[in-house]
Amino acid sequence: MHMLEVVDIYKSYGSCEVLKGLSFTVDKDETKVIIGTSGTGKSTLLKCINQLDPPDKGEVWLEGEDITNPSIDLNRIRQKIGFVFQDFNLFNHLTALQNVSIGLEKVKKIEKENAREKALEELRRVGLEKQSCQYPAQLSGGQKQRVGIARALAMDPAIILFDEPTSALDPELIGDVLDVMKNLAGKVAMLIVTHEMGFARNVADEIIFMEGGTIIESGPPEQMFNNPKKERTRQFLGRISTLYGKE
Amino acid sequence: MILLGINSIINNIPFLLEGLGVTIALTVVSVTLATVFGILLAMGRCYTRQPLPFLIYIYEKVFRGLPLLIIFFLVYFGLSQQGIHIKAFYAAVTGLVLHSTAYQIQIFRSAILAIPEGQQTAAMSLGMSKPKTIFYIILPQVLRLSIPGWSNEFTILLKDTSIAFSIGVVELMARGDAINSMNPSGILHVLLFIALLYFILVFSINKGLNYLEKRYRLSGYEVTAVQ
Amino acid sequence: MRSLPELLEGVPITLLLTFCAISAGFALGLLLALGRVYGKKGISYSCIAYLEIFRGTPLLVQLFIIYYGLPNIGIIFSPLLAALLGLSLNSAAYQAEYLRGSIQAIPANQMIAGRTLGMTRFQSIRTIILPQALRISIPAWSNELIYLLKYTSIVVYIQVRDLTFQAKDIAAQSSRYLETFLVVALIYLLFTILFSEIVDRVEKRVRIPGVGLSPRIVKRNMKIPFKT
Repeated sequence: MHMLEVVDIYKSYGSCEVLKGLSFTVDKDETKVIIGTSGTGKSTLLKCINQLDPPDKGEVWLEGEDITNPSIDLNRIRQKIGFVFQDFNLFNHLTALQNVSIGLEKVKKIEKENAREKALEELRRVGLEKQSCQYPAQLSGGQKQRVGIARALAMDPAIILFDEPTSALDPELIGDVLDVMKNLAGKVAMLIVTHEMGFARNVADEIIFMEGGTIIESGPPEQMFNNPKKERTRQFLGRISTLYGKE
Repeated sequence: MILLGINSIINNIPFLLEGLGVTIALTVVSVTLATVFGILLAMGRCYTRQPLPFLIYIYEKVFRGLPLLIIFFLVYFGLSQQGIHIKAFYAAVTGLVLHSTAYQIQIFRSAILAIPEGQQTAAMSLGMSKPKTIFYIILPQVLRLSIPGWSNEFTILLKDTSIAFSIGVVELMARGDAINSMNPSGILHVLLFIALLYFILVFSINKGLNYLEKRYRLSGYEVTAVQ
Repeated sequence: MRSLPELLEGVPITLLLTFCAISAGFALGLLLALGRVYGKKGISYSCIAYLEIFRGTPLLVQLFIIYYGLPNIGIIFSPLLAALLGLSLNSAAYQAEYLRGSIQAIPANQMIAGRTLGMTRFQSIRTIILPQALRISIPAWSNELIYLLKYTSIVVYIQVRDLTFQAKDIAAQSSRYLETFLVVALIYLLFTILFSEIVDRVEKRVRIPGVGLSPRIVKRNMKIPFKT
């Protein structure tokens, strides 16, 4: 049984078809990275997976359960799917610690004391225990994103989805966030949309190259970077590496 | 002249303070009710299906367009003509609440609109239900953002209670009017004294709410609501 | 309904009071706002004192002081004049606050740019700051106009024969309170809606392209969370 299985999903906005029949799987503790040019539906795909924006057609299976089934309790499912946003979306009125613990307290109904303890542990994991009492507006972008990751981790999700977690950050802050993600690799299933090719190459178990709402090619990093089967993949990766430099 | 005035203030102090008590009671009851309705209807306007938001919008338009005095007359005299007699105090509360709620909906709605959409998306991605999201994530931020607009409305309502004398509520203004008809020769000082009492009330509300705003302001997060 | 003409007799007084008070209030309010922002310490503090006093007390009390109180020291006004004076002085305080907000919303660089062209301080205020500030203040000003129209109704308590006065009169004579006041309510509503529409139009007409979308417009385009 796969941790996550996406089966042939379609999504349109009006007459604009964004996803055109995508299928792939993510296994336990596996790290998959989705790459592709902007506007090819990568973010839409993630929102379709946790049903923030349900797909028009197709199925999403999580731990052997069809979560596109309309009778399912989405709030229960979403607890199992962590989500890390491009623009953090930390709760502005809560401290870093409260941001991490609120899901535990209000959704998982864990007692306040235990929830705080667990939240603090997660903040320690992302290196922010010292900032636990600060409000989002007092944190740097990189720190905010690490709180965002801790918030997702605290719920003990089956899988975490990352929607371009570093693209709103100043270049010198990206490293901290990527380090945290690197440490998570192999410990929890992750599906990551990113433009950080160096990270993708070093950390991913598999890379999925997406364009025009479909998967062009997927495979292990070495194959994708050194010996892609499709001409389009070669072009894209070639342009990316001239843009960002080889790592 | 001045002595006469001061005399008429001193003679009437107990009489005036009683009126002040009614003014305060009227204000507190009305502002509380109007705030509760204002928050509920603002949420109704933002979060429910048509036709409810449209009906709330009509309510706002109508009661923001009517003079409070006319609302008082309609509630008090209009109802009693239909055989429904309510005490002047309750008629005044009804009128003030109907009027102030229409303004407060706008205040809270602006604050709701000022909360970034991502706040709700993030809450939902944690598995929070819609009511939980509103209660734990949206409302705490909305209330903070609303304090300046709300405190302004609070003082307006306090000043508006003076109009309740028109339907015979014996609040501060009505006491002034009564003194005027008994003894108009020293009325200037009495009226100035009444003005002073109102001023002190308005001033303390402003100061108190300013303090509240500072106390609950989030460090570094100083977004002002769309006015 | 036979009393409608009698009722309508009050309309001109109500409108007259509204327009005169909003204009006089604007002139005085502008002076107060400028005094508060640009005046020397003494002037600035006097302006603040004025605003605090007139915004800190009910309009009804102010009208009573002018009409019933001032005769104690030999100053006597006719009801209409007293109403006009009270409404104008009161509205000036509120308008000054809106105008101050707008003046302070204009970036300081605008003034500096004016001065570097060799303009005097006064010239910069008049030709650079005010044309921008006045445009920004239109939405708030429109609110004030509506408020003022509504609050003219209380001048009935200093014996002015405005719309509400006529209504009270007719209602008392015919004891048809509900019908009379409903009709009056409708008349006021008609004017408030009419006025806000007109000001809206004016605001759109004078808007500077790309600058200072009024908050109202921004609100309209904002996405509402949870919109269903």
